[in-house]
Amino acid sequence: MNPAIRLFSLQRTAVAGLLALLVIFSPLANAQLTIDVTTSAGRQIPIAIISFANEINAPQNITPVIVENLKRTGLFRIVNTGGITTTPTEPSEINFLDWTSRSTEALVIGSINPTPDGRHEIRFRLFDVAKQSQLTAMTYVVSATQMRATAHKISDEIYEKLLNEKGIFSTRIAYVLKRGQRYELQVADADGFNPQTVLSSLEPIRSPKWSPDGSKLAYVSFESQKSTVIVQDLVTGQRSTVSNFKGDNYAPNWSPDGSKLVVALSKDAVSQIYVIPATGGAAVRVTESNSIDTNATFTGDGKDIIFVSDRSGGPQLYSVPATGGTVKRLTFEGSYNVNPRMSPDGKYVAFVSREAGKLRIATLELASGQINVLTDGPLDDSPSFSPNGRTILYESKAGGRGTLGAVSADGRVKQRLSSQAGDVREPAWGPYGTSSAR
Amino acid sequence: MKKLIIGICLAALLSACKSTDPVKETKVEDRSPPPTSTVSGGTPPSTRGTQDTQIKGTPSGDPLKDPNSPLSKRVIYFDYDKDTVKAEYTAVIQAHANYLSQNRGRKIRLEGHADERGSREYNMALGQRRADAVRKATAVLGVGNERIETLSFGEDKPKATGHDEAAWAQNRRVEIRYDGE
Repeated sequence: MNPAIRLFSLQRTAVAGLLALLVIFSPLANAQLTIDVTTSAGRQIPIAIISFANEINAPQNITPVIVENLKRTGLFRIVNTGGITTTPTEPSEINFLDWTSRSTEALVIGSINPTPDGRHEIRFRLFDVAKQSQLTAMTYVVSATQMRATAHKISDEIYEKLLNEKGIFSTRIAYVLKRGQRYELQVADADGFNPQTVLSSLEPIRSPKWSPDGSKLAYVSFESQKSTVIVQDLVTGQRSTVSNFKGDNYAPNWSPDGSKLVVALSKDAVSQIYVIPATGGAAVRVTESNSIDTNATFTGDGKDIIFVSDRSGGPQLYSVPATGGTVKRLTFEGSYNVNPRMSPDGKYVAFVSREAGKLRIATLELASGQINVLTDGPLDDSPSFSPNGRTILYESKAGGRGTLGAVSADGRVKQRLSSQAGDVREPAWGPYGTSSAR
Repeated sequence: MKKLIIGICLAALLSACKSTDPVKETKVEDRSPPPTSTVSGGTPPSTRGTQDTQIKGTPSGDPLKDPNSPLSKRVIYFDYDKDTVKAEYTAVIQAHANYLSQNRGRKIRLEGHADERGSREYNMALGQRRADAVRKATAVLGVGNERIETLSFGEDKPKATGHDEAAWAQNRRVEIRYDGE
């Protein structure tokens, strides 16, 4: 391994992931978005990505997608390849001096060639420049429609090899898009490409949540002039109403094993927390209070439920065993702490905290109780962790219109992704392994 | 991507249209002609005549549809972040409670709403707290809970689309709807 890269790894370990926390990610990056990075710091890996051989003749560019993916993480510096006399596409063609002289640590080359059956063979190789050795090599034979997904897979390979943690380029996001009076539930690739409308309604759609296996979405629909919880299979498109009790049925969240949903229901009193089978059925009441209990999420092990209650006055975060029992208060600072979401490792809760009228994204470390406010508001809402836990995607509302923001889980790097238009709400980052074949 | 860009542009156009278009969420108050009268295209002249008389004449049939009755008041407004029913709405709630006492077959839905300033998901709870506050005030006057369903729409069904206090004040509300409305 390249000493510089090894040093980088050691540093990362030594500073307990400090550098890794610089990951930033823009889910809807495109020419229409102004990416405003408000903080930027730390070491970036200089990487050269050479246009793949015959890429110009391929139906879909690969290397520009990889470049954009890596750039958005904030962890890579893309080395300018201009002026290199021989651009290598095969290992034998690499003149490592060209790259060491440009302080390049990693080099990516590859090729795209048509196969007799009309598909495309994509080869790529990743090199450690200082060591002049190959770190990985992969070959994919795919149809034209799968080429973009392949670019994401290659990005994941590069990210994982150089940073020793899983990339999120092949994951998907769900969100609600409001177009005029119409609400659309959309699923898109993590970079915002290939948006697909999975539900369109003139009545509000709210709170989309991925099942742990990424095959379904639970959400709240007002199609019947009141809130009900619906689970929709993303493969078959089949929808089933899983919670339609008297009163409100809202704020669904999956159990870690995907068998149950925690919901807020007002069937017996004001909003209380219940657990229902994910396929619908009897609701088992978890909280018993005279106050509003809502916005619940299972903890990573599924044993506890973290929820919001106004039993002490303003809304605060509490926890309770998933089968009911003693309620423990988790937040004491501020007068308005809502919308808890668990980190993938179960150690943190991202939530929305209102201070001086501003809604901001914050995290609570469960072990220490320490709260870290990550964003400035004024209307930041609906946090959602990336599956590697590095980034929190959230809704950032301005002038009544929702856009998306992304912040590193330590708050050091913030991105506001302001689209020129559009009202995007309640983003939910899907789990690993949800990339749809195209 | 093109799809998304087009989508975003489309959304811009539509929302631009929307912002100039006053949102009609006052369905409750807009229902003086019974919906059935507009169902058929070939309305016989006699029916038309009856309808005209109804419009001109006193709406003696149903006090719920009499614009001069306190029962025509169907919206209760709230202060920011509050679910306290203000004294000025006592008469409205009293009127509806009286009507419900006299018309045992009727049921109501109390639909709570919030302005856009809170968290979207928690605003469901706030709308519900407001609906529940009106339910309690109505229940105190002798209307059984089985005749009242409380629902919340959170911030997603604003009455006014602006982003200032004037709009927000109109959006923090509970609407009273009778069954069949």
